[in-house]
Amino acid sequence: MLKKCMGVINLDENEDMILELARNRILASIPIAGRYRVIDFILSSMSNAGIENVGIFSKMACRSLTDHLGDGRPWDLNRRVEGIRVFNFSTLEPRVDDVYSFANNIEYFERSAQEYLLLTSSYMICNIDFNEVMDFHQQSGNDVTIVYKHVDDASDNFFLCEMLNLDEDGYVEGIGRNTGTNSEANICMEMYLMKKALFIDILTECVTSGRFRKIKNAVYNSLNRYKVRGFEYKGYLSCINSLHAYYMASMELLNIRVHKQLFLDERPIYTKTTTEIPAKYLDGNVVKNSMIGNGAIIEGSVKNSILFRKVHVGKGASVNNSIIFQGAVVGDGSKLNSIIVDKYVDIEPGKELKGDKNMPFVVNKRRELIREV
Amino acid sequence: MKKRDIVAMILAGGQGSRLGVFTQNIAKPAVPFGGRYRIIDFTLSNCSNSGIYTLGVLTQYMPMELHTHIGVGSPWDLDRLNGGVFILPPHQKASGAIWYQGTADAVYQNIPFVEAYKPNHVLVLSGDHIYKMDYNELITFHKKKGAQCTIAVKDVPLSEASRFGIMDTNEDLSIYKFEEKPRHPTSTKASMGIYVFDWSFLKEALMEDAENPNSEHDFGKNIIPMLLESGGKLYAYPFNGYWKDVGTVESLWEANMDLLSEEDELNLGDPTWRIFSLAQGRPAQYIGNEAKIQNSIVVDGCEIHGEVIHSVLSTNVKIEKNAKVIDSVIMPDVYIGENVIVNKAIVGSNAVLRKNSVVGNGRKIVAVGLYEEVKTGIVAN
Repeated sequence: MLKKCMGVINLDENEDMILELARNRILASIPIAGRYRVIDFILSSMSNAGIENVGIFSKMACRSLTDHLGDGRPWDLNRRVEGIRVFNFSTLEPRVDDVYSFANNIEYFERSAQEYLLLTSSYMICNIDFNEVMDFHQQSGNDVTIVYKHVDDASDNFFLCEMLNLDEDGYVEGIGRNTGTNSEANICMEMYLMKKALFIDILTECVTSGRFRKIKNAVYNSLNRYKVRGFEYKGYLSCINSLHAYYMASMELLNIRVHKQLFLDERPIYTKTTTEIPAKYLDGNVVKNSMIGNGAIIEGSVKNSILFRKVHVGKGASVNNSIIFQGAVVGDGSKLNSIIVDKYVDIEPGKELKGDKNMPFVVNKRRELIREV
Repeated sequence: MKKRDIVAMILAGGQGSRLGVFTQNIAKPAVPFGGRYRIIDFTLSNCSNSGIYTLGVLTQYMPMELHTHIGVGSPWDLDRLNGGVFILPPHQKASGAIWYQGTADAVYQNIPFVEAYKPNHVLVLSGDHIYKMDYNELITFHKKKGAQCTIAVKDVPLSEASRFGIMDTNEDLSIYKFEEKPRHPTSTKASMGIYVFDWSFLKEALMEDAENPNSEHDFGKNIIPMLLESGGKLYAYPFNGYWKDVGTVESLWEANMDLLSEEDELNLGDPTWRIFSLAQGRPAQYIGNEAKIQNSIVVDGCEIHGEVIHSVLSTNVKIEKNAKVIDSVIMPDVYIGENVIVNKAIVGSNAVLRKNSVVGNGRKIVAVGLYEEVKTGIVAN
């Protein structure tokens, strides 16, 4: 178990292409798969591996995230010493500069008892055993191990994700971006395992030399200096870096075979739990190939869709290829196709809304000046 | 320790033998109910919702699952700085070790626990009833009447009254007669097994009862008749809400089916009176392309490919294609194979119904035990 390794989740993800869902929340707390938030997957993987010290570097406006995280109990991270900590980035855009924030909190890294540090993002949806990564890291004597997945659908998926160019021995030669020109690619999962001392060295050098404002750029530009190798992950992976990717990944999880690659009995995905009542399937309901959260009341038809907790689908309503967030109401007789409905939105009875299979239409929450739900 | 106005004692140690296979290995209060709950969740949630944060749970029979379920009480907000929920099993004393001899003896043996909080009132509750009650109203009634003991009662049909402990009351609801399971009942006020006592009054009664070698040390059989005889001030508190003692296979099945009725008297979804439970971190329920679900309740972790009609499914139930589940209660982690028919049954946790097997015929309720395996083609009846 990785008690000797600390986890650092860097929420510096680019939200430009998923703004519709990231308006009231940061990317890491976007709801996904019927009852989870994006960050649950990386947190669960860390927790399942035995990591007990997790620092989350988040943006300023992260009420939704801190609400979700609480004291870290759902992930068994409410530890007496260490456990979960949330750090806020300063006003600087973390996409451009994370060194500033890490450097400001250097004491956290120095005082943590762990020997190793695992730096990750949150938007890579996967279920990974970090013990295997650590074994590989130690056996191969790497300075830095970067996790990647070899995919053959890079022309359709993982658009603009970083990809690793590896030599025959698995050394990283360079890091580029996937523009969809090739179908095969080693998608970089933005997970970096190294000794904590090395992380602090790199961080210090970034500050003193002024050459890099992003830790990973410092790594990417030191490939001759450090032993940087890739670790191949073979499980399920999707990257939630755009609305399109979010929608495609969600729909893909409706395939029970894909679903089972992500939700493993031996490494469960944890999330904040509520005591919601069971879902009710009432007269007139037709539900096919869908994921349903607790507390749902279904009186209409739901096909190829994901309903989060407490969603009400009214009589004669039909929901197709859609994702309905917690507490939303689909009024009687409404027809939704390829729609994403945000939390607690009321769709009036009889409304007909249609998005495109490749680009869903998002019905946003009502925006209020004072309240942010 | 900090003084408390009220301390609740939950009786959860009985064998519950009338539930047959379902209480073979676990205490009755830990039996799954309503898809995602266990029976004791109702009493624990009532305490929490009533603002009663200091309680003891008296356990004895097969307590492991019950203890694991309650844990430190955090699902019910009962992990408190001063107080909280305490599990009180029988224990060895300097004078020797004896099991709890009865409900009254269980409380008697834990007098030091109650005493530590110096409460004015003690609430004695059962861990095996399905109901929602604001205990504050009961206690307010108790105080207003100047009672020494108040017993919550529910009106039952006269024809059924002989199954219960029946109270005869004066107009002001003071009790003048109590009969346990009377052959010729003269009242329809049935004891719900929910009592509030002035602590000093109860303590004295418990100590007196403990000295009596002929007593069964039971609240209904001994304590209440003794208090009435000695002229104690006992009142009956009428309760009108949903209440069900799920002590038999039939009543357990009925109470589950009540959740599906249109009246839904229990109203689990009431946001002002939530029933809390230990949550299982399971993925959202998945309903397959060939599934058909009618008038049923389903919870997280279920995977349904067959047909479900008027049934209650609990966490992690898997139902394969062409299987049909009718009028049944399926407890957690049950596997139901292809072409299986389940008609009017309660299927215990972790049971496996292999493909083509048939359970029940829609007449008498069939019980399939925990971890039981029903092999192909066998009719369990």
